[in-house]
Amino acid sequence: MANVMVNAPKTARKGEVVQIKAIVLHPMETGYRVGTNGQMIPRNIIERFTATWNGEEIFDMKFSPAIAANPFVTFFATASESGKIGLRWKGDNDFDVEHSVDIAVE
Amino acid sequence: MRSWLAALVPVFAATFALAQPATDGRRTGYQDMSPALQQMEDDDSANPGMLFVQMGEALWRQKTGGADKACADCHADGSMKGVAARYPAIPAKGDKPVDIEGRINLCRTGQQKAEALRPESEDLLALTAYVVQQSRGEPIAPPDDPRLAPMRADGEKIFKQRQGQLNLSCANCHDDNAGKKLAGATIPQAHPTAYPVYRLEWQTLGSLKRRLRGCLIGIRAEPYEVGAPQWVSLELYLMSRARGMRLEGVGVRP
Repeated sequence: MANVMVNAPKTARKGEVVQIKAIVLHPMETGYRVGTNGQMIPRNIIERFTATWNGEEIFDMKFSPAIAANPFVTFFATASESGKIGLRWKGDNDFDVEHSVDIAVE
Repeated sequence: MRSWLAALVPVFAATFALAQPATDGRRTGYQDMSPALQQMEDDDSANPGMLFVQMGEALWRQKTGGADKACADCHADGSMKGVAARYPAIPAKGDKPVDIEGRINLCRTGQQKAEALRPESEDLLALTAYVVQQSRGEPIAPPDDPRLAPMRADGEKIFKQRQGQLNLSCANCHDDNAGKKLAGATIPQAHPTAYPVYRLEWQTLGSLKRRLRGCLIGIRAEPYEVGAPQWVSLELYLMSRARGMRLEGVGVRP
């Protein structure tokens, strides 16, 4: 079950810099740990987080094993036009979660 | 200007967690942690525990078990307000006190005819988080059930009993030396106001039992078995010790 929380303003003025905060439930298993059975726990991380504004990419981040579980990302964007902010997390084990929020720019 | 004001609103709305009736010197772990962590707990969009609350709400509405019933089929939305502030308690048809997790499992096995959820499993933590979150801001109000008194006394005894290879009791740190430092961290007074809690050290949500187990291992004592009555006794004592303090809902701790 994909579990995401996104905090972005619902409205903004044109040209305003808005803050977008996103958190996703994910164990971010590093691949360097040994389990109780003595075997390595296979790596399971998010590799890529991208954000789009009406389909156009505005933010792109590569994740590494050093990032904590349930990664929380905050970034800024300049409000240009009304529409959808799309967020996508992709990673190991075919992890692929998409979420979008609407924003009205006046 | 408008956006500046808008940014302040969640900060003011959230400071209720600070509003403990702190006249008697009792402090929560919240009051002893850094402003950054306090903000993380107060901001529902930054508190990772809220992911579990969300998950718990989905489970609450999901039909399950032989009876094919969801929690929401019997319990109205918001009906769990204040429940977490009363537990552990003795359920209507029982004779032994149970904690919130135990109560959820009683409903699962009794009403839903489903399997009990494993302690510390993601599903049980999530359901607990959803139930506890509804008591956010409620003062802790342990029931005045005389049947609870012996177990509460047991809990107090365990709390004050030296044990383990380090020969320390809970009280040695959390009563006698609370507020001082242990390896750079402030020793809290051990009031269970924020459980289940998202600990950054765990990188996940955990119950009060997990926290107590960590302390027991820390003093090199043997932790009680999973489901042992001592956990409930300890929780009964801790809740009576924190009577009147406000529950934070799902908290964040370092």
